[in-house]
Amino acid sequence: MKKQSLPELQKICSQLRRDVLRMVHAVQSGHPGAPLGCAEFFVALYFDQLHHNPNFQMNGKGEDLFFLSNGHLSAGWYSVLARSGYFPVAELKTFRKLNSRLQGHPATHEHLPGIRIASGSLGQGLSVAIGTAQAKKLDQDKSLVYVLMGDGELQEGQVWEAAMYAAHYGMDNVIATVDYNGQQIDGPTEKIMDLMNLKAKWEAFGWEVIETKEGNDLAAVIAGLEKAKSLTGKGKPILNLLYTEMGYGVDFMVGTHKWHGSPPNDEQLALALEQLEETLGDY
Amino acid sequence: MTSNWPLPWNNWKKHLAIIDLSIAKDKKMSLDLKYTYTEKKDTRSGFGDGFLEAGRRNPNVVGLCADLIGSLKMGDFQKEFPERFFQTGIAEANMIGLAAGMALGGKIPFAGTFANFATGRVYDQIRQSVAYSDKNVKICASHAGLTLGEDGATHQILEDLGMMKMLPHMTVINPCDYNQTKAATIAIAEYEGPVYLRFGRPSWPIFTPTNQKFEIGKAWKMIDGKDVTIFATGHLVWEAVVAEAMLREEGIHAEVINIHTIKPLDTEAILESVKKTGCAVSAEEHQLNGGLGDSIAQTLIRHNPAPLEYVGVNDSFGESGTPTQLLEKYGLNAENIVKAAKRALARK
Repeated sequence: MKKQSLPELQKICSQLRRDVLRMVHAVQSGHPGAPLGCAEFFVALYFDQLHHNPNFQMNGKGEDLFFLSNGHLSAGWYSVLARSGYFPVAELKTFRKLNSRLQGHPATHEHLPGIRIASGSLGQGLSVAIGTAQAKKLDQDKSLVYVLMGDGELQEGQVWEAAMYAAHYGMDNVIATVDYNGQQIDGPTEKIMDLMNLKAKWEAFGWEVIETKEGNDLAAVIAGLEKAKSLTGKGKPILNLLYTEMGYGVDFMVGTHKWHGSPPNDEQLALALEQLEETLGDY
Repeated sequence: MTSNWPLPWNNWKKHLAIIDLSIAKDKKMSLDLKYTYTEKKDTRSGFGDGFLEAGRRNPNVVGLCADLIGSLKMGDFQKEFPERFFQTGIAEANMIGLAAGMALGGKIPFAGTFANFATGRVYDQIRQSVAYSDKNVKICASHAGLTLGEDGATHQILEDLGMMKMLPHMTVINPCDYNQTKAATIAIAEYEGPVYLRFGRPSWPIFTPTNQKFEIGKAWKMIDGKDVTIFATGHLVWEAVVAEAMLREEGIHAEVINIHTIKPLDTEAILESVKKTGCAVSAEEHQLNGGLGDSIAQTLIRHNPAPLEYVGVNDSFGESGTPTQLLEKYGLNAENIVKAAKRALARK
C-alpha cells in the first residue's frame, strides 16, 4: 500500500470518528468513547504501519497481523477495516443488526474479512496474539503481530499470564499497545482498580516498554509505532503505552467514562458531526 | 496444586494390587467375558503415545502443557520435537489463548492439563477463543472423573463432558482404554475443528484392538444383544463388558455400545439398538446432569421413549480413595450396571 501523507491520514481519522458515531447512533448501542480515542492508532496502524493484505487469509502467513483484545472498540476497527479495503464501506450500516457480519463484538463466525478471533470477553487477546507470533516463529515468518488492549482490561489476570510467557519465550515479534485513557465503564481506572505504575509493571515482567505520550497526535502515534518496530527482533516483547483521551475529537465527549458505552442521541450526533469533517464520504 | 504428582511408585503398585484383588474377589476373572485383556495401562499413556505418533505424521502438530508434562505423558513428544513443544507454566487461561493463536497461524495445537483445569478453569477462554472462533485446538484432558483417586474432589471433575458438549462447534471424545485413546488422539489430529479429548490416570484393562481405526462420531457396537442396551463411555466401557457377562449368566442378553464420541452423538446407532432391545442403560464417570445419559435421553424422548436407567454420579462431588473403592461407593461399577439393566428391563 502506498504511504499517505499526514494530512491525508488525518482525513481518515476524521472519517473514522464520523463512522463510529453514526454506527452506534444508528442502533442506539455500542461503545463510542474508546474508538474515538484510538482513531489515530487505528489509522496509523492500518494505513501506515502494517504490511498487510486486505485480500484476507485467516492464517496471515507473511503479513503483519493485528488483534483487537478490547473487542468493544469494534466500531472503530470495522471502520478502519472497511476504509482500508477489507469489505465494502456500505456494510458499516449493518453494524449490530440482525444477520450482519459486523457483530456487536468482533467475531469470526460470520467470516468478516480482517477478523481472526472473537474478542469481547476481556483479557484473552494478548494470549492469542502471542500464540500466533509463536506460530510465525515456527514458520520463520519475520512479520509482526500487533495487539491492542484497554487499560482497564489489564485488571484481568490472564493478561499477566501472557506477559510472563512472552518474556520467557522472548516473543520479540509482538508489539502490544495499551490504550491508556485512564477510564473504564464504571469510572476512572485509578478509582475502580488502580493500575499504579504500568510502565514499571511491564518492565518488571520483562517487556521493553515505550511510552507514546501524545496518543491523539497522529505524528506521535506513528513515531511511537516506528520506535516499537525498531525494537523488535531483540529478544524482548514490546509494550507501547499509548496515552489517549477517551472520546477525543468531540468536545463534549472527551476525557470522561460517560461515553464508554453510551450512544449519542439525534441532537448529540448532529453536534458531534459538526466537529468532524466528512472527508471520504459517509457510508 | 500439583505437588502430589507423581505418586510414589510403591503406592501406585499398591493400587494395582487392589484393583486385581477386587476383580478376583468378584470372580470376574471366571466370567465368560466377550473381551479380555492381558495388560493394563493408563489411558493417558495412550494419549501420550498417540500424540507422539500424530507429531511424527504431521509437522504442524504442536504441544502445550501447563506444568504437567509428566502427568499428561507428553514428555516423549517434547523430547523428539522440542521446538514444537511449549511449557506454559501454571497458566491455563493463557495456554488456551496461545493454542487458539497457534491454530489460526496454521498449527494443530494439543493443549494438555488435568480435566478440571482444562474445562472449568478456562471455560470462557475455550468458549470465546476456541469454540466461537472455530479454532482447530485439541484440548487434552487427563485425570478426569473419580478414578483420579486419592487427590480427591478438587481434581475429580465430573462436569467436564457437560460443559464441553454444550459448546457449539465442540467435538467431545471420551475413549475407553489405552488402545482406543491412542487411536483417538491420532484421529483428532487429522480432523479440522475444536476437540475435547478426555482420558484418565488409573491403570485400566486394554481390551480393544491395537492399531484400531477410530471414527469420530461413530458408536461401536462391541457386543450384540437383544434384551437391553448398555451405552457406556470411557473407563465404564470395561465395566459394561463385565456387566454383560454377569447378565448373561442370568440369561439376560445385553447389547454393549461403546460411545467414545459424546458429541456429535451417533443417534442412529442408539435408536437402532433400542428399537431392538426396548430399554437401555447409560454408564459414565460423570455427573448425571449434563452427561452422556442426558444426551441419550434427549435422543430417546424425541424418537423412541423407551425406559432408560442411568449409571453415573448423582449430583455429588467425589472424595479421596482408590479408583476401585470410588467406583464402588459412587455406584459406577459393573454390579451397578447390572442392577440398572434389571431396573430398565422391569420397566419395559
